[in-house]
Amino acid sequence: MKEQAVLDVSRLPLHGMGAASPTWWGTAAFMLIEGSGFALAVAVYFYLMSLAETWPIDAPAPDLAPGTWLTAILVASVVPNMLISRWAKRRQLRRVQIGLVIMTLLGIAPLAFRVYEFPALHVWWDDNAYGSITWTILGLHTTHILTDLVDTVVLTCLMFTRHADNPRRYGDVQDNAMYWNFVVLTWLPLYVCLYWVPRL
Amino acid sequence: MTKDDPILTPRDTDIADAELHARLMRTWTSPPGLWAAIATVDHKVIARRYIATAFVFLILGGILALAMRLQLSRPEARYISPDRYNQIFTMHGTNMMFLFAVPVMEAMAVYLVPLMVGTRNIAFPRLNAFSYWMFLGGGLLLWLSFALDTAPDVGWFAYVPLSGPEYGPGKRADLWAQMITFTEIAALAVAVEIVVTVFKQRAPGMSLDRVPVLVWAMLVMAFLVIFAMPAIMFASSTLILDRLVGTQFYNPAKGGDALLWQHLFWFFGHPEVYIIFLPAVGMVSTILPTFVRRPLFGYMLLVGALIATGILSFGLWVHHMFVTGLPRVGESFFTASSMAIALPAGAQIFCWLATIWAGKPVFRVPFLFVLGFIVTFVLGGLTGVMVASLPFDTQVHDTYFVVAHFHYVLVGGAVFPLLGAVYYWFPKMTGRMMSERLGKLSFWLIFAGFHLTFFPMHILGLIGMPRRIYTYQPELPWAGLNLFVSLSSLVLAAGFLVFFIDVVRSRRSGLPAGRNPWGASTLEWATASPPPAYNFAHIPVVFSREPLWDEKDALPVTSGLRTDRRELLVTSLAAAIPQARESVPEDSLWPFFAALATSAMLIGSIFTPWAVVWGAFPMAVTLIGWFWPKGTKEEMS
Repeated sequence: MKEQAVLDVSRLPLHGMGAASPTWWGTAAFMLIEGSGFALAVAVYFYLMSLAETWPIDAPAPDLAPGTWLTAILVASVVPNMLISRWAKRRQLRRVQIGLVIMTLLGIAPLAFRVYEFPALHVWWDDNAYGSITWTILGLHTTHILTDLVDTVVLTCLMFTRHADNPRRYGDVQDNAMYWNFVVLTWLPLYVCLYWVPRL
Repeated sequence: MTKDDPILTPRDTDIADAELHARLMRTWTSPPGLWAAIATVDHKVIARRYIATAFVFLILGGILALAMRLQLSRPEARYISPDRYNQIFTMHGTNMMFLFAVPVMEAMAVYLVPLMVGTRNIAFPRLNAFSYWMFLGGGLLLWLSFALDTAPDVGWFAYVPLSGPEYGPGKRADLWAQMITFTEIAALAVAVEIVVTVFKQRAPGMSLDRVPVLVWAMLVMAFLVIFAMPAIMFASSTLILDRLVGTQFYNPAKGGDALLWQHLFWFFGHPEVYIIFLPAVGMVSTILPTFVRRPLFGYMLLVGALIATGILSFGLWVHHMFVTGLPRVGESFFTASSMAIALPAGAQIFCWLATIWAGKPVFRVPFLFVLGFIVTFVLGGLTGVMVASLPFDTQVHDTYFVVAHFHYVLVGGAVFPLLGAVYYWFPKMTGRMMSERLGKLSFWLIFAGFHLTFFPMHILGLIGMPRRIYTYQPELPWAGLNLFVSLSSLVLAAGFLVFFIDVVRSRRSGLPAGRNPWGASTLEWATASPPPAYNFAHIPVVFSREPLWDEKDALPVTSGLRTDRRELLVTSLAAAIPQARESVPEDSLWPFFAALATSAMLIGSIFTPWAVVWGAFPMAVTLIGWFWPKGTKEEMS
């Protein structure tokens, strides 16, 4: 079939930022998958609660301190996270580097509190269904934090190499920041579920 | 940016076709050799592997079906032991759903969607390679366990408590559950690729109202995968936890619940039916217009029906649980919603009938399969409306009536269109036509064989034959019909045999197809058959819904892409306005290594929970290797 050139695309940029980048959409799609997973976990929590005569089953309500401290750190981490995203958009390499180091520390800090969250539940995973779902939810979200932490560490290393000053990398930093916001956001309903619903 | 200057870098502008082809081939083709074959990220190569592997699983699953029919052909037969029979029907269902039906539909999307939207590769092609290796790993895991006589024996939906720690000793149920994880990871990866390809890589001008119906269908299917598959992954993972570390999700004595399993399974399991069926709707809607020589009647209505079906499919799952004693109000609601989904299904059927009515049908093989689909699927739909009714379902639940119903829907609704699609797109995939003579023979054998095999099962169910029994006594009035069904299944198998003979023969010595042997309207027919590694020498520009019918003189295309690196166009979501000349990832072995590491972790975790911890390290290494920039042209921006 004959072809007729009707559109010259030679001046288009080599990479789009934000919603013009396929990576952004890929990250969004994975957030949708994980969000569905967490929504299901919450649904299972309430389903089991609806079956139980008392809730929590054979356990006191979890201690508030570790989970609440962790929540405070996660919420606070959103501020530098938003800043890093802004710096990445403006391609300010030095600030991005510093921001990533801070975000790495802010990824480790919640894990320190998470270690104390599991005993604060006062139930083991194999005691009963209440223990099973609470440990599973905490475990899933710990995996969530760990995954993003590893991602952030690798990205931090990357931004100190010759590959750093590239719009693609700044896009990665922005996507990573978006994903961290998602990690924080999914935690909030889980926090309410784990710590406050048993107190109703 | 001087390094990307249009004058200093090689472009596709103003060079002869042969020279352009040579340059693009240099940039896009994978080198020869085994490692290069493993490293390839060409969506067509991976899709062909995916399709071929899925059809191998179809053959294996079909052999299991024949084995069951042999065992049931007469009362008190002793060909197969009860335990082996349990493994066989579990393998048959699991294999057909998770290793054939879903993967083959996704694989068709992996092949066709990039070509139909006029782009050069699927989004995230390395993820695509990873997906194939995971799928293959899951299939090998299941079939090796069968070869070792430790295959799952708990039915394809693995209900607890039968599959739980108390009644399911050994590792059989764990193998089933972990096979699920393999295939769901593979399916979710492809779903993400399809969504992003359709959203961001459509040819300039292909606004949402010009997207081919097949692409719409694959998009809705991908969203169903994204929302439904987490449920089955959650279910299978918690089942393994119950069995491995003693969680109590499904143990009623400790606050768990057996029905929770059924809710989670069917919240996935019902959309699953539409994950298989909607791509078939897309295939039918693409094949029909070509063979009746007119555009599809009711494009908007059909697309709307696809989306409506997708949404409604999440509100039906409880109709699989009508006999579990749920509250009456809930059951009535799900009866109503199950009947409501017949509305969009009906709208689709009437659109197709109107298209045929207003056109001039040409009775070639793909069209015959479409007609076979309409007849069979309507019959399956009618029994579907019957079992949606609570009182009727209570009578026929777990009988051969249900077996007949879902084979009518799944084989009629998906396999007929799929075989039609193979006849239709085989020329594009291989450059050769399939045989019209053998095709007609195979169609009639499959069509007749199918109805002779499965229609009597309705009657068997109505006269009380339960499903999943390995034999029955001679006093029961089932022997005659069972023998008839078993003999008919040989006709069906003969039809598939002819089909596969035709595929193998035509691949070697079929007539050359040329670009557009059917005179079809969509973009995949605008390039050579089989398409070159780069798909399109110039990315097309789209001005209508039927580009090849409406652009009779010359195909409008873009110019200005580079020829020295793999480039394609990223366009805006709704109107498909070009936004960037994005690079396409180059071949890489890392996805293969990542799949190996993931497989090792998943298989290890069947035996010890610590495998998750130790297995995470090789996974992290392979993923970092995958994403770490290599300083190639692909990184330019």
